[in-house]
Parts: sequence; C-alpha cells; structure tokens
Amino acid sequence: MSNAFIQLSEVTLQYGAGTLALDHTTLGIDEGDFVALVGPSGCGKSTILKLVAGLLRPSAGVVIAGGREVGAIGKQAASVHASPSPRLRVGLAFQNPTMLPWLTIRDNVMIPLKIVEPFRQDFAKKKKGEYADRVEALLAQVGLKGFGEKRPWELSGGMLQRASLCRALIHDPELLLLDEPFGALDQFTREELWDIMQKLWMDRRPTVLLVTHDLRESAYLANRICVMSSRPGRILETRDVGFARPRTLESSYAPEFAALVQQLRMRIADARRDGDATPPAAVAANSEGATA
Amino acid sequence: MNALSPLARQRMLSVVAFIGFFLLWEIICVAFGVSDLVLPRPSQIAQVLIEKMPLLWPHAVQTLYTTLVGFALGVLAGIVIGVGIGSSKLAYDVTYPLLVGFSSIPKVAVVPLFVVWFGAGTVPAILTSLVICIFPVVVNVATGLASTEPELEDVLRVLGARKRDILWNVGLPRALPYLFASLKIAITLSFVGTVLAETVASNKGIGTVMMIASGNFDVPMVFAGLFILAAMGIALYALSSLVEQRMTGWSKRKTDVSMA
Repeated sequence: MSNAFIQLSEVTLQYGAGTLALDHTTLGIDEGDFVALVGPSGCGKSTILKLVAGLLRPSAGVVIAGGREVGAIGKQAASVHASPSPRLRVGLAFQNPTMLPWLTIRDNVMIPLKIVEPFRQDFAKKKKGEYADRVEALLAQVGLKGFGEKRPWELSGGMLQRASLCRALIHDPELLLLDEPFGALDQFTREELWDIMQKLWMDRRPTVLLVTHDLRESAYLANRICVMSSRPGRILETRDVGFARPRTLESSYAPEFAALVQQLRMRIADARRDGDATPPAAVAANSEGATA
Repeated sequence: MNALSPLARQRMLSVVAFIGFFLLWEIICVAFGVSDLVLPRPSQIAQVLIEKMPLLWPHAVQTLYTTLVGFALGVLAGIVIGVGIGSSKLAYDVTYPLLVGFSSIPKVAVVPLFVVWFGAGTVPAILTSLVICIFPVVVNVATGLASTEPELEDVLRVLGARKRDILWNVGLPRALPYLFASLKIAITLSFVGTVLAETVASNKGIGTVMMIASGNFDVPMVFAGLFILAAMGIALYALSSLVEQRMTGWSKRKTDVSMA
C-alpha cells in the first residue's frame, strides 16, 4: 500500500441498495498537499470528502487518513483502547457557513477548541485569554478584525464564510476538508477568499482536500486537480498544477492558466456526455471507448 | 394625536377596546334589563370581587399553586421526554404514535381515574394540570432537537464531538426557542387542567367555588371566579412571554434587523 497521507484504495460506496456513488476509486494525497476534486455534479466528489472525514463508511475498499484506517466516527469512539494513537485533527467547512445564531463570531470560531483535545481540557481556563487571542489573530488574518463580538446575522455571506474558514482552522487541523466553501459567494468575494485561503495554506500547510465545481478556483488553489467521471464516480485524470505561488488574480488570467482551465472544462464535458447519454450499466464500457 | 408613535397608538387603542368592551356590556345589560341570573353587569361583578375577596383569595392562591406545580412538573417531564425522543430518530419514530394516542385522550376522562387513585383534593388537580401540559413541551423540544442542520452536525462529528457535546452545544440551545414557545401554550393548558379537576373533584380552588356558586344560582360569583381566572391566565401568559424574550432574543432579533 502507498504511504500517502490520505489513501483511498479501490473504494466503492453504494447508498443503501440503490445509487452507486463511487466505483473502485483510488486516490492518494500527500501530507501538506492541496488537492482539488472537480467533476460534474452528482459525481461523488462530496462522497469522497465524507469518506475521508469518516462521516461515511465505504461499502468496499479501504480509506486511510494519517496512517490509520478511517471508520465511521461513532464506531471509532467505541474502540478507543484498540487504537491509542491520537485521532487525526480534521477541519471541515461547507458551502453553508452554519454559524450558531446565539453565539458571537468569536464563540462560534472557538467551538472546535471546546471539543478537540488537547484544547478541550484547558478550555474553561483559557477561553477568555489565550484562546480568545488565538481566535482574534485568525479573524484578523481573514480580514475580520474586530468582528469577534458581532453576531452571525450582522455579517454578510462572504464574512460568514471567512468565519467558517476560521472555525475549520482554529484547532490547527492536519487535514482540512472543504466542500464548495465559496460556492454561494459572488465572483469578487470568491476571488478575494481564494487569496486568503492560499495565504492560510501557505502559512500553516495543512493537507487540503477541496471539492469544487469552479475550475478557475481549482487551478488557482490546488497543487493537483483530480477530474472525476459522472456517477458512479471514478478519477478520470489527475493534473499537476505547477504555477508559482503565491498565485494572483493577474496570474489567473495568464494564457497557461486559461489553457489549463479550458482543458479541464473539455474533460468534464466529455465526462458529462458519457454519463448523461448512457444508462448506468453501460457507462463503464462507454467511458473506456471514450478514453481510448 | 398624530404625534403618537405607532406602538403607543396601538397600546392606547387596546386600552380603549378593553374599557369599551365592559362599557358596552354594562350598557346592554341596563338597556335591555338583563337579569343578573343570566348575565350580571360588570359593575356587579366588580362589587362581588371586592366584597368577597377575603373569601376568594385562598381559593385563587390554591388554583395558582396547583397550576404552577403541575406546570413545573409537566415542563420538567416534557423536557426529559422530549430530549429522550428528540435525540434519537429511532426513539422518535417508535414513541410518536404512543404520544399522539396519549395526547388525544380527553383529559376530563382521566380526572375520575386520578380521584380513584389519589382521592379528591389537590393531587388529582396537579396531575391533571401536569398531563395536559406535557404534550406540547415534548413535541416542541423533540422538534427543536431534530431541526439541527446536518452539516453543522458533520462539522462537529469530524472534530470528534460526542453525542453529548452536540446535544449540549447545539441541540439544546437550538431547541430553546421551541421550548419557550411551548411554555406559553403549556401554561394556558395547565390552567385549564387545574380548573377542570377542581370542578370535578376538589374542595378548594376557584373551580370549586364556581361549581358551588352555580349550584346556588349565584351567577355574579361565577363571573367573579371567571374574572380571577382570566386575570391569572393573562398574568401567567405574559410572564412566560417575558421569559421567552429574555432567553431566546437571538432567534427573533434577526427579523428586527432585517426590518430596520
């Protein structure tokens, strides 16, 4: 087996007796890497993310994260004596920022410190001092300086998404999982947040798995882009993105950047055509024909 | 007049409507010569209220006490049951038909049963008040818990949160507005339960007073009892509204801001 930080080996996932979401998918992500998953909608991008997070259990195959097999989270807690190694610290952010309306932004961002060890044990002691400073520093980094005391409804969608990123990062996760985090934002805010995301990643170097349907976003942020087929999802192609960092808005309009985005776009158009035109049983045979 | 703010105007109009209602009542009774055996005039009722207050007061206290004890126990039990069935989908699905069946029983029907078990007096009244107010609390708390966004739950589960963590940090605060909304309904129902049990089987309380008074055709006294009940009902409702506002302002302020 490969030594990748995150490794999906021949993973199949079937929801109940029905939809086959993933079919013998294999994917490896190195520690500190930034990988984007792109593909037609409903292709199982989010399913991969949930498998890595341990929110879903594969029907067949193995998911390894940080050197140990990922199980469904509830089960893992039961077998705590069997695996003494500390659990992987994971941060998660969705398209919907899901801030708790009864807490201030600071308290919202602080939630992981309340739950994750080793922060948890000192939470009562440090929440006013050290942890509050920590939140304040991170908020400042994403351009939310001074917004810690505000309530979620006083912030715009873009600001809430920044806070949501902070919540995903406050406990210094080794693995950051992002499921279309900028999907609901307008173009300008989105590009601003790409920049912030890139800075945060360059500072902290967590391993990032980003699910997105925005190809420019994937080319701007990722080191590697995995293109997925229509359902049942499989990785069709992996592209290394060699552009120098930090990438900027100007560089995202350079010819080679545009060329990459266009190639990705065409690849997904192929994947969609294969998926849409044929019944599920014929997809495997057909996609072999298309790649030949 | 136009200088008044809309709120002050609204308040003033409700006071006018309130006074107007009783004035109209008085006028109609006098104009048509309605007998006080049928519908006593408000002034007669007020007179009875003042004169008989020393007699009525202990009964009012008894009714209030019974209601509050039944309400407190009912809400407590409702929260426990609601959290129990709201935090598990299985428990929710399994016990829901049972709860609906239980709540569909007309509560008048259980009062005689309570009397057989515990004898006439305060206990059946408290129990009636308890069982009648439990259902809205259970349903609201369970619904509030069940309405947690799945995405947020995912965020917390990935952090390694235990079920207890999620319940404490997200589930219960999220259920609070639902709980307080149900308290307003529960306190009113609780009151109904108490008076119901008092009229059937008790020797104390406003319900009993009204039963005896109506047996003696003392209609002004019956109305005096009604007035006391109405006053207490309004006071209790206002109190739970106030508590609700204090505790769950965050769930309402959002609309205020967007309207401003």
